[in-house]
Amino acid sequence: MAIRDRLSGNEAVAVAMKQVNPDVVAAFPITPSTEIPQYFSSFVADGKVDTEFVPVESEHSAMSACIGAQAAGARTMTATSANGLALMWEMLYIAASCKLPIALSVVNRALSGPINIHNDHSDSMGARDSGWVQLYGETNQEAYDNLIQAVKIGEHPDVLLPVMNCYDGFITSHAVENIELIEDEKVKAFVGDYKPEHYLNDKENPIAVGPLDLQNHYFEHKRQQAESMMKAKKVILEVAEEFEKLTGRKYGLFEEYKMEDAEVAIVVINSTAGTAKYVVDQLREKGVKAGLIKIRVYRPFPVDEITAALSKCKAIAVMDKADSFNAAGGPLFTDITSALYGRVDGIKVINYIYGLGGRDVRTDDIAFVYDALLEIVKTGEIKSVYNYLGVRE
Amino acid sequence: MAYNLKQEAKKPERFTGGHRMCAGCGAPVVSRTVLRALKPEDHAVVGAATGCMEVSTFLYPYTAWKDSFIHSAFENVAATISGAEAAYVAMKRKGKLPADGETKFIAFGGDGGTYDIGLQSLSGAMERGHDMVYVCYDNGAYMNTGIQRSSATPKYADTTTSPAGSVIPGKSQYRKDLTLIMANHRLPYVAQTAPIGNFRDLHQKAEKALYTKGACFLNVLAPCPRGWRYDTPKLMDISKLAVETCIWPLYEVENGKVTVNYKPKNKLPVEEYLKPQGRFRHLFKKGNEHMIAEIQAEIDSRWEELLMLAGEK
Repeated sequence: MAIRDRLSGNEAVAVAMKQVNPDVVAAFPITPSTEIPQYFSSFVADGKVDTEFVPVESEHSAMSACIGAQAAGARTMTATSANGLALMWEMLYIAASCKLPIALSVVNRALSGPINIHNDHSDSMGARDSGWVQLYGETNQEAYDNLIQAVKIGEHPDVLLPVMNCYDGFITSHAVENIELIEDEKVKAFVGDYKPEHYLNDKENPIAVGPLDLQNHYFEHKRQQAESMMKAKKVILEVAEEFEKLTGRKYGLFEEYKMEDAEVAIVVINSTAGTAKYVVDQLREKGVKAGLIKIRVYRPFPVDEITAALSKCKAIAVMDKADSFNAAGGPLFTDITSALYGRVDGIKVINYIYGLGGRDVRTDDIAFVYDALLEIVKTGEIKSVYNYLGVRE
Repeated sequence: MAYNLKQEAKKPERFTGGHRMCAGCGAPVVSRTVLRALKPEDHAVVGAATGCMEVSTFLYPYTAWKDSFIHSAFENVAATISGAEAAYVAMKRKGKLPADGETKFIAFGGDGGTYDIGLQSLSGAMERGHDMVYVCYDNGAYMNTGIQRSSATPKYADTTTSPAGSVIPGKSQYRKDLTLIMANHRLPYVAQTAPIGNFRDLHQKAEKALYTKGACFLNVLAPCPRGWRYDTPKLMDISKLAVETCIWPLYEVENGKVTVNYKPKNKLPVEEYLKPQGRFRHLFKKGNEHMIAEIQAEIDSRWEELLMLAGEK
């Protein structure tokens, strides 16, 4: 029987880590992810896990130690936010290129500057091209479920890539919600033992990791890395299917909410989806054909599937909780419009940058976006593609 | 058993020839000698910071390292190896590795990767007390990128970012004393050494560092013919002169106790060390005598301070 509990997002993620019982956790505190190493170190101190906990002196060293540990043959995890993720930047790319399936929980927080501890997606969006699989979750339940699946996805022989488990700082990380936990032994059976083919601590078969790789080989190695990301999509879906058998909870590449006949839709990531679903319900009561897509898998980006899901819409608003400062649109907007181009024609697409630095996103804000979409459908005209929501201008 | 180079040299090489380090470079001599101090039955996981050593010994698809080897970046070899060591501890505890035999964890970094960009990572890994040895091969500048000054570069040395110009005569600052900084981490074993003579000092210190439980640090002088501008066959002479002039004293610190391992009977004047090196050529121009005198005074003062720390004064 599943265990019903009430946990904050961070606590739920720490519990998932306890149940997985990784070999090594190396982490450094940063708001709002700090609770994860706190909870986890208490599991270590109380003998509830037999993990080696490495309390490093920075996030750069956290990711470096994770790379050393995973390359040495250990199942390895860490957590961070915002500037901590930025300090890991160099090592994120190296972890991916070394094909090391490290699991990193990113508790999304606005990236400095100015310094701000609250939620937006500027941290993990900046790492979207670092070669990591990126999963996003709306609720505590999804953050918990995604981390458990992340281990299995990353370690799959067709993938062997590191995975980020992203969820919103404070909104999801600190709010306590009802959650259904899986029994310890079922989590252990689901993730199985970590059995890397090659690892540093295999003294019978020593290996060398991280060469100088010049013009003759670098390109081939990057091509192979890209292949792993292409194969990840299928594996993510297989793992989700297995997870559904275990828990009854269904996961895909993204969630479609009332999309079957939707004429206007928004595409959104993480906790704002909860607020937006409420607005969709209200609009539906009024007879408005409103729908929503919540991205779960952002890397690899499910181009074909998302195009199919949006193909019958007349107008779409892509919501970005991060700006790209390219004077053209946020990262999700750029990806969605690129996906549609040449595959589906004639859909009107606009972009809203919203909620930066933890600015509240109210149901009124979301209703405003749907109104704008309905106006576009009515007039056939887009007044402005690249917009800001809820900001004083 | 007394040290015998002939015996030691019979051990199978763990760091093979064919790598691309320069002729007359001290660094490969250091890594080879350190690895020779391993018991043949023990496995090693070796890490290297980005630098000459890394790019010249592991150029895909070839490696000079017979043991397991990892390079990840410039500033983090200590953290990287600390992670590998943590993995070993956890995997042993969980029965994922064979119970017999030992694995040793060794990080190599140049002075750039150790004194400067990697100092934080080094300090963190040492403070946490991982069972590892960090070996700094100190050639006193960023040699891999083309001889730029580091905090290990001696005062007045001519480098490409502290050039000896018509107004400023080379590097303006004294070098950082990293060995004492590491000793003040109160580690079980810290030593300063150099590849000289029959390598006894370096070998024994490496052996002690490898087989002392906990985080140990070796600072090893590694002359660079390109950066120091000496004739390549003079590698061993230059190392010896650094020790005989006391610009690079041989000493060790065991749990805070300082021992000076070699006290020259006739401490040579620093000119003997400076003269064969092109990086100090400008000091021998007329009118620059006071610079050499200043270097001499600094060496004397640091040597006296070391003797005091060792309780010999």
